[in-house]
Amino acid sequence: MAALVAPASQPAAADVAADIAQLLAELDRELVGLAPVKKRIAEIAALLAVDRARAQHGLAGPPPGLHMCFTGNPGTGKTTVAMKMAGILHRLGYSRKGHLVAVTRDDLVGQYIGHTAPKTKEVLKRAMGGVLFIDEAYYLYRPENERDYGQEAVEILLQVMENQREDLVVILAGYKDRMDRFFECNPGFASRIAHHVDFPDYSREELMRIAALMLERMGYRFDAGARAAFERYLERRMARPHFANARSVRNALDRARLRHASRVFVKLAEADRDTLTTIVASDILASRVFEQEEGTTDEHG
Amino acid sequence: MRVTQGAFSFLPDLSDAQIRAQVEYCLKNGWAVSVEHTDDIHPRNTYWEMFGMPMFDLHDAAGVMQEIDACRKTFPNEYVRVNAFDSTRGWETVRLSFIVNRPPAEPGFRLRRTEAEGRVQRYSIEAYAADRPHGERYR
Repeated sequence: MAALVAPASQPAAADVAADIAQLLAELDRELVGLAPVKKRIAEIAALLAVDRARAQHGLAGPPPGLHMCFTGNPGTGKTTVAMKMAGILHRLGYSRKGHLVAVTRDDLVGQYIGHTAPKTKEVLKRAMGGVLFIDEAYYLYRPENERDYGQEAVEILLQVMENQREDLVVILAGYKDRMDRFFECNPGFASRIAHHVDFPDYSREELMRIAALMLERMGYRFDAGARAAFERYLERRMARPHFANARSVRNALDRARLRHASRVFVKLAEADRDTLTTIVASDILASRVFEQEEGTTDEHG
Repeated sequence: MRVTQGAFSFLPDLSDAQIRAQVEYCLKNGWAVSVEHTDDIHPRNTYWEMFGMPMFDLHDAAGVMQEIDACRKTFPNEYVRVNAFDSTRGWETVRLSFIVNRPPAEPGFRLRRTEAEGRVQRYSIEAYAADRPHGERYR
């Protein structure tokens, strides 16, 4: 009968170390900046590797709690890192399946009495063996409405986070100040989360590198003039309200692509490979950010 | 008399680790797993009571194990089974079904003979436990 259950394979410690080094190198390549985040991931990786080595010597302890809270301004890569985290934890052997279930308040909190618990439990069941990512987690709890069903979802979450650590990793994400207020109202939550990771804003150089990465993935490139123009663009855009870091960069690039397309479209028949892939300075400089008048606060620059 | 319905029922009861492995197999194939219970074990009783909704989009057996445990705790004296439903076009049916909980004592079935027209005799079976009303069987 025992043959029905396959034995779990345990890789050697040296393999694990090499795998972790490779993983961290990959992370370094794919994510620009975010030094504190990478440091924390390296620490977690080391902890898990040491834990596994300890287990081989019969020093098994309870599994470490890996619930995390990602705070930071918009566009600093919280969701991207959460997506990667699921894969990382899977490769480190902590999470069994390594999938990510991304939810918001709507997926957890019900509409009427008795609706919330089954809804939350269903989401939790789907996330078991992987990572549950709750974006903008502070919406779960609305202190101004005492009959809000969010509290019920919070309680079920807390219970599972405490009792089924080996089945599920919960990652909360949101803006720093609002998360802090959320934790103030739910002290149990803050204490059950071992890792509070703050995502710093990107510097201009980092944003330029991000732009280069994004362009490469889209199959475009800047010429020298466009690069300089984009640097000037970033300088101005960063000073304006509602700057959303990498997200603003992506939006700016998308709009540059639009302008590039309408420029090339006029003479589409004679467009060669170079014309089709090169974004020039005028594509960037047409942005509204370069207009002198102030007062526009919208994101469409 | 040990009830033999569904897969693995001629084997000793599956351990939790074995049940988990079976559920993992079902999920790997993309089948929706559900938990059902009954205290009417007649072989023709195809549709048992559902314990919660069938579970779609699961990746890991932990959620199913949790449901199985909850069902066993709620109905310790009933039969509990796990079904795996394959929604692939052309199949659209239960692909695997096995019992994961039984009452402590299984009294078995009575063979009932009914005289019919002429010298014809009709046979039927019914569980001894079914003599008692629903909800009070296997106590």
